[in-house]
Amino acid sequence: MASPRLLRFDRVERAAHWTTALLFGILMATALPLYFVQVESIVGRRALIAEIHTWSGVALPLPLIISLAGPWGLRLRRDLRRFNLWTPAEIRWLRSLGRKRNPEPDKFNPGQKLNALFIAGAIVVMLGTGSILKWYRLFPLGWRTGATFVHDVLAAAVFIIVFGHIAFALAHRDALRSMFRGWVTEAWAKRHASAWLKEEQEASSEAEAASVR
Amino acid sequence: MIAAGAAGIVFGARVQKVVGSAFGSGLGGLLPGGDRFRIYTVTSSFPEISNSGYRLRVTGLVDRPLNLTLDDLKSMPKTKLVKDFQCVTGWRVPQVHWEGVRLSEVLASAGLKSSAAALTFGSYDGLDTESLTLDQAQRPDVIVAYRMLDAPITTDHGGPVRLYVAPMYGYKSLKWLSSIQVVENAAPGYWEQNGYSTDAWVGASNQRDDKPIS
Repeated sequence: MASPRLLRFDRVERAAHWTTALLFGILMATALPLYFVQVESIVGRRALIAEIHTWSGVALPLPLIISLAGPWGLRLRRDLRRFNLWTPAEIRWLRSLGRKRNPEPDKFNPGQKLNALFIAGAIVVMLGTGSILKWYRLFPLGWRTGATFVHDVLAAAVFIIVFGHIAFALAHRDALRSMFRGWVTEAWAKRHASAWLKEEQEASSEAEAASVR
Repeated sequence: MIAAGAAGIVFGARVQKVVGSAFGSGLGGLLPGGDRFRIYTVTSSFPEISNSGYRLRVTGLVDRPLNLTLDDLKSMPKTKLVKDFQCVTGWRVPQVHWEGVRLSEVLASAGLKSSAAALTFGSYDGLDTESLTLDQAQRPDVIVAYRMLDAPITTDHGGPVRLYVAPMYGYKSLKWLSSIQVVENAAPGYWEQNGYSTDAWVGASNQRDDKPIS
């Protein structure tokens, strides 16, 4: 039989990812006419586009929050905790800009961890600055200027990071499949995430031992 | 990340000024923080006004109330201005070309009564309003504009006709200008009611220290 399968992302994680991705897509598409006057003059309907943009922004953290809030979020919470754990080998990999390979990669590599941390921070900062832009009457005028600047700069960074994220996904089909179907092969895990594979194998042999008892 | 965002909000105004002048308004203007026009509106859509349908009403403390067409405005003495356009939210587009007729000319055609002291402006969008004192209105750099960036003013930018008050922040330059009412005391306009300065001199109002328009 072909290499056995290992669950990488469960249904909750995949749902959270794709609903968040959809909202990001709407936000980025509506951002274009809001940012570029040349696009706006073709597309028009500025107020409608602004409404869609702002309410999608408000909705953006909800899929993650809902997924984390209950017992269904166990695997997601566990995976999110990984983003804050950096082994010495991973830090070496970062410092050497990828030249010093980590012989025992975790479920997520440092690049993926950075991406997740960036996106998490971006959601918070964009929501905050976006709120100042939308409800400007509640805030000092000086904040509106600063918020406009931060929102603009971070939007550009988000575009670059998201397109990079999609490019990586398209270049790594096995990993991409796991975000649709949930599983990767053990062979893949052995090659790309050996520390995680060990972890999973230890956990399942413990579970087997416990059930035999 | 959040700390950077918060710092950005507090100090961003100063950074924007440096970045804006560094990036400029050409291709660099397309970069975040660059000097390019942004379109802000107070209503949900742009009013579409045909050139032939456009009218500017001048009423109130005048000898001869006027109902000017676009052609009427174009037949009056032309004034050309090339000035920086500064928004109160921080962006500044340098050296914008404007063409129109001085507001003082329009007022002279109507003839001001002795009690006239201020002007209230109305827009085709039905919501936005502005005001100027008579002294401010008589300045040579305050025009009723019908050309911008060497072309007729587009709908997005408030065309066919908008007010252009060169030395003040952009919100005073009311788009889709529909009416001028000459009064003794002008009521605060839309943005003033939302906390922005009435005498919106660039660099000397709204707690900002931008370079004044020269």
